[in-house]
Amino acid sequence: MINFIFRNIWQRIVLLIFISIISHAIVHLAPGEPALVDPSNPRMKPEDIQRIRTAFHLDEPLHIQYVYWVNDLFTGELKSFKDNQPVLGKIWQRFLNSLPLFLIGTLITWFLAFPVGIRAALSRDSMFDRTSTFFSYAMISIPGFFLSYLVIIFMVKTFDVPVIGMQTFGLEEAPLLFRSMDRVWHLTVPAMMSAIAGTAILSRYVRSQMLEVIHQDYMRTARAKGLPEDQVIYRHGLRNALLPFITMFGLTIPGLIGGSVIFETIFAWPGMGRLGYEAILARDFPVILTLNFISAVLVLLGTLVSDILYAVADPRIKF
Amino acid sequence: MNEPNPYLEADALPPSKGLFQERWDILKRNRMAYASFWFLMFLLGLAVLGKIFTQTVVVFDPKVVRLSEKFLPPFTAFASTLTPKEDAPVLGIYLLGTDELGRDVFARMLEGTSVSLTVGFVAVGISLTVGVFFGGVAGFYGRVKLGFITVDTIIMRFVDIMLCFPTFFLILTVVALLPPSIYNIMIVIGLTSWMGTARFVRAEFLSLRDQDFVVAAKSQAIPEWRIIFIHMVPNAIAPVLVSATIGVATAILTESSLSFLGFGVQPPDATWGNILADGKTFLFDAPWLTFIPGFTILFVVLAFNLCGEGLREAFNPKLRSTS
Repeated sequence: MINFIFRNIWQRIVLLIFISIISHAIVHLAPGEPALVDPSNPRMKPEDIQRIRTAFHLDEPLHIQYVYWVNDLFTGELKSFKDNQPVLGKIWQRFLNSLPLFLIGTLITWFLAFPVGIRAALSRDSMFDRTSTFFSYAMISIPGFFLSYLVIIFMVKTFDVPVIGMQTFGLEEAPLLFRSMDRVWHLTVPAMMSAIAGTAILSRYVRSQMLEVIHQDYMRTARAKGLPEDQVIYRHGLRNALLPFITMFGLTIPGLIGGSVIFETIFAWPGMGRLGYEAILARDFPVILTLNFISAVLVLLGTLVSDILYAVADPRIKF
Repeated sequence: MNEPNPYLEADALPPSKGLFQERWDILKRNRMAYASFWFLMFLLGLAVLGKIFTQTVVVFDPKVVRLSEKFLPPFTAFASTLTPKEDAPVLGIYLLGTDELGRDVFARMLEGTSVSLTVGFVAVGISLTVGVFFGGVAGFYGRVKLGFITVDTIIMRFVDIMLCFPTFFLILTVVALLPPSIYNIMIVIGLTSWMGTARFVRAEFLSLRDQDFVVAAKSQAIPEWRIIFIHMVPNAIAPVLVSATIGVATAILTESSLSFLGFGVQPPDATWGNILADGKTFLFDAPWLTFIPGFTILFVVLAFNLCGEGLREAFNPKLRSTS
């Protein structure tokens, strides 16, 4: 077991090094430089551009720049091109903003998808099954930002609640109770929106997993023993159907960055996805690269955790 | 003694239905998938006609700007005295209204149909080509060693690396840094979505590699590229093509998300995504500018998804309902 974990970690570290090299190359080889973001600015003289290039080591060969970046990243010295703030601090602050959105979104996804999927599988071809199938396809097919706009209009017009941003302007001095309620209102809609596509996909998976399990021999055996139907389905069936979702749980972690760009932009939520979007606009290479690196770390961590959990949960898997 | 053996007779007869016919029948039974299929066929026709009528034989001109005719709701008749007669829409009516520059939304949607579908199909085509190539090479030459590692290891590690990138973020990075062009968007979407295909084709090839027809082909000294692409790929491709249907839907959605952030297909090319992204600014004054492209995307992507799912069911006996 320990051996297995160490081998896995070692493989992932090697992968991570390659990923960082490739993403560094992609970002640096693409045309467009931080110094050229604002070409129409008359105050930018060639010598200014040259000064910027020297300051950011942009004149060095690519592999030297890579070494600079890695070195700065691990000593915590990495500074953003844009405002000279430490990158890690910036990302950490945004991470704290993204985290509640991500957690609540994930909770909604998992708490909705499982009942819907199980119910649909148990009553296959029923009205409920057909409707939920159709709705999940519709939810996958709708562009997220289009739906968000419809919901924003609906919420603002019917409930008259604030939905954009993280808090209402001017409420900073209000008592804690009001501030937290305000935060909850701001959190609800974006979390729901980011949960919708996930719920639709996950409930389909749950349904097909349950369908696979339902006709197994051990289910028939459990029924033949005379166990109550609930116990047959939830103890014998669901537990076995749950196995693949351990893997999926690990894979949701990277959604923290990649999946949230659109929603954080619409709802003006100062999170990691939006940080990445702003960094891309400003050609802020250190931030882009570090975000990419962190998200790769998250993916690899997620798969590692799910591999280990899988091995723990399923005794059939041997090392 | 000479009685004909009924079992042998039956063996000699061709099967009552061909493989294709059988699958077609299964697809037909799934009414939503079948309807989606014909809807998509209709849409393809519409895209071709739209291409012809907006560019070659200009009947609907999406580029005419009529500043006096801004924000007209759908089904408004053309009744302007300021705009010259030759700029009037066909039949003298704005079927889907006009936008902030007085352009005919119907003509723009028609132009967008072909552009959006092209983006979807070309992106998926690229991802299929790359995926089949890498998957095929990894599956067929997997045991060949380059130095100390096998070809299979190299390719599959590369696939793992690609899977670790947050896809949308990567697309955004590349599209934002490259000069904006419709081809870059297709290429980038294609190059970031081939990993699933590669894995699938590799798995298929691993099981096909040792089958008799491949061994027979090898024994006849047929060149290896021919064995891979003429003998093996057709045996592995059906499920890949089916998931490509859903890939087209995803590509159209990705393009619209990129348009929303301002990195999608740039004007003057119209796609559903950028009509929607431009229209959202006028959501309260001209809701049709948001709703028409929004619901078009919804219905088309839904049709691709339902059709793809129906095809997948038809091509995979395990998924069929037993009832």
